[in-house]
Amino acid sequence: MDEPAYVTEALIAEDIDAYLDQHQHKTMLRFITCGSVDDGKSTLIGRLLYDSKMIFEDQLSALESDSKKQGTQGQEIDFALLVDGLAAEREQGITIDVAYRFFNTEKRKFIVADCPGHEQYTRNMVTGASTADLAVILIDARKGVLVQTRRHSYLCHLLGIRNLVLAVNKMDLVDYSQEVFDAIVADYAAFARGIGIEGFTALPISGFKGDNITAPSPNTPWFKGPTLIEHLETVEVLAERDSERPLRLPVQWVNRPNLDFRGFSGLIASGSVSPGDEVRVLPSGKTSTVTRIVTLDGDLDRAVAGQSVTLCLADEIDCSRGNVIAAADAPPEVADQFEATLVWLNDEALHVGRGYWLKLGTQTVSVTVQQPKYTVNVNTMEHIATKTLELNAIGVAEITTDKPLVFETYADSRTLGGFILIDKLSNATVGAGMLHFSLRRAQNVHWQPTDISREDHARLKNQTPRVLWFTGLSGAGKSTIANEVEKRLALMNRHTFLLDGDNVRHGLNKDLGFTEADRIENIRRVGEVAKLMADAGLIVLTAFISPFRAEREMVRAMLPEGEFIEIHVDTPLEVAEGRDVKGLYKKARSGQLKNFTGIDSPYEPPEAPEIRVNTSEMSAEQAADFIIAQLLPLK
Amino acid sequence: MSEPRASDSLTHLQRLEAEAIHIMREVVAEAERPVMLYSVGKDSAVMLHLARKAFYPSPPPFPLLHVDTTWKFRDMYALRDRMAAESGMELLVYQNPEAAERGINPFDHGALHTDLWKTEGLKQALDKWGFDAAFGGARRDEEKSRAKERIFSFRTASHGWDPKNQRPELWNLYNARKHKGESIRVFPISNWTELDVWQYIQLEGIPIVPLYFAAPRPTVERDGMLLMVDDDRFPLREGEVPVERSIRFRTLGCYPLTGAVESAAATLSEVIQETLLTTTSERQGRAIDKDAGGAGMEIKKQQGYF
Repeated sequence: MDEPAYVTEALIAEDIDAYLDQHQHKTMLRFITCGSVDDGKSTLIGRLLYDSKMIFEDQLSALESDSKKQGTQGQEIDFALLVDGLAAEREQGITIDVAYRFFNTEKRKFIVADCPGHEQYTRNMVTGASTADLAVILIDARKGVLVQTRRHSYLCHLLGIRNLVLAVNKMDLVDYSQEVFDAIVADYAAFARGIGIEGFTALPISGFKGDNITAPSPNTPWFKGPTLIEHLETVEVLAERDSERPLRLPVQWVNRPNLDFRGFSGLIASGSVSPGDEVRVLPSGKTSTVTRIVTLDGDLDRAVAGQSVTLCLADEIDCSRGNVIAAADAPPEVADQFEATLVWLNDEALHVGRGYWLKLGTQTVSVTVQQPKYTVNVNTMEHIATKTLELNAIGVAEITTDKPLVFETYADSRTLGGFILIDKLSNATVGAGMLHFSLRRAQNVHWQPTDISREDHARLKNQTPRVLWFTGLSGAGKSTIANEVEKRLALMNRHTFLLDGDNVRHGLNKDLGFTEADRIENIRRVGEVAKLMADAGLIVLTAFISPFRAEREMVRAMLPEGEFIEIHVDTPLEVAEGRDVKGLYKKARSGQLKNFTGIDSPYEPPEAPEIRVNTSEMSAEQAADFIIAQLLPLK
Repeated sequence: MSEPRASDSLTHLQRLEAEAIHIMREVVAEAERPVMLYSVGKDSAVMLHLARKAFYPSPPPFPLLHVDTTWKFRDMYALRDRMAAESGMELLVYQNPEAAERGINPFDHGALHTDLWKTEGLKQALDKWGFDAAFGGARRDEEKSRAKERIFSFRTASHGWDPKNQRPELWNLYNARKHKGESIRVFPISNWTELDVWQYIQLEGIPIVPLYFAAPRPTVERDGMLLMVDDDRFPLREGEVPVERSIRFRTLGCYPLTGAVESAAATLSEVIQETLLTTTSERQGRAIDKDAGGAGMEIKKQQGYF
């Protein structure tokens, strides 16, 4: 091989300061190499290190002796031995874990993550891909596009790597045939389009012989594209465009050396910031102005995505670890229910419904994962129904957090859209995920902070807000009893409001029918209204069948602990049907009315209601007295 | 360093600096009792500088810990005390009492010297003060098994490392949760190369031990290594006479175990130039890596070596 074009030894020797000036201004590209065991990945990396003089003489002599002992290249140097660092890997000749390597050219510094190829190491590959700007996907020219090629391409695409290089390797073993190369590229292009890969750069190379690595190969005169190094040096790093997006600074740590200084430290995930900028702190939504960008080297006039800084704000507003400081006019969304792609990283499979820790940016919350919608067969891209996710499985599921999360979609932000899941008992990192979107509406509405708090409202009314949630079958007596309870509360000078199912359906919810989805939405809206009224300091009474446990629990979770009082108006079906005040049971039985609770739609009774009344044993008045007695002293 | 370029694309050193600061802040936010391992070498100098940047205007909210073998160069002890005072940080020095009592030294005890003073000393020090997270200046470009180590590297209650059971580390999300008794070694400059460290020292004007620069020093040549006679504890073998040579050190450890190179590089630029043009790797001057074939460091780490 000729001397590689990018070795700058001459400059180092002649003018070290000029060289250092050049090195100082280099940008950085992080990339991964993937491919199956025999595609020559490690050999390619070894070649890049060797050609950029990152291998020293002592390492080289060790390599030469190792090559003879363990190498797979006969008497020639086996570059792969340079890269496979763990003893187990050297023995078995495979790459188990991600190894990070470094080399420089005149224009850039490179960090290469060498990832294992086997399917059982999908998690390692996902780890390597998570920080990469670019992926080099190796293909053995003799074998063409394999199952592994597809899997690796899919994973890279999933992790958001937009720069893909298809390196058709071992061209020396197919006589540098253009036909072979073209056929592989066409084959790959068809597959790539199918999974949404927008573009890729294909190169004919030989890692072993060095063709088209640093210099155009005389063996492939038909190839007019760049060499691998040329491409790596010039490709645009998308992360560098992060500073064009709105400001996002996840707060890591509050810097408080003394009473006169309060700074908020973090790594700017996107955007730029200058003193005088209006910012909004999420999730509270409070706004302020940046006064200083503090560093040890003096205050900055401007800081951009990728820098670690400390900001001071003009106002004494609440802001702590986990909050996000954002551009005031373009803040990120806040939500607690999402659809996400999950990659399972642990031997113990996902437990649907179990609480895990979710870490996203600097936020850590408790999360539950619902049964996955499907898992992806990473070899065929087929969607397969599943109940859980096993080690290395990739699936799509809904997740619910116990606290609102400041987020962006993964497509917009790796920092605010990528998360890990941590087992609460073992502390292991068991999963990784990427947020698609939130499942609740109105995320674009910002929380408007107000000065009169819910505590102030309650204090003015001299009462503790409550939501008395009456649930039970149609005709059980919910409205009647709720009405009696409200009358008694009024006599006690309590401020109340009664939300009645039938009445609400005439206005707020007149667009909703009686399907399961509409019933859930009906209760969600009523829950939100009840919550607003409780915030206003009222004692709210609601009379709704509200047949599903999950929705009642949802409303309970909206309110501060102890304010949600579930009252089960427990009337046997035959008693309620016997009363049939509105004639609805008759209609349902005759089939005129569909989805009627108790007839052709289920009622899930509360398992542990705060209060239970049985109207076949007591009158509405007695029931109301009983409820009041349970509620006292109402403070 | 901190001013971005006009195009907003940060240089590689700016990115590496921001990454290291981010890592240090994560540890301080999530660990109960962090500490910074301070060995007085150039990597430690960079680490200390980064810590001061990460928490400015506060002093770094953790102490410095020097696991001392009593056999460091005198220049190292001097710089250590000066830097601790300048940074406003508490300096903890630990010397394994068992090693002191048995008079363990590099001349008579070989590998046992490293094992007792450093490996055992470190474990004892971490246990004594109950540190649950310890910053170290190791880099992935130094050695093969380090290339695969995570930035947050977990140690069992007995300080062991299990390379096959490392936590996946995605994006820049670090899981710092651990059980009582377990600890984390954290390597904020994992992604730096030797050249990056040197250039950062130059750009930031970070003080380093003068031994990195060439000067006439008393030396003897022994077992293929050029050793400096730093104090009168150095037992001269028969026929050995210290010779003054212009030497410097690429890496600093215990003076009887650290090989010098003959050099005229007296400025940082010259040192970097020599480093780049040299044909042997940085750790080559150290005896420790060559034990047990290519897997020496991996085995040492499993036993609790940093």
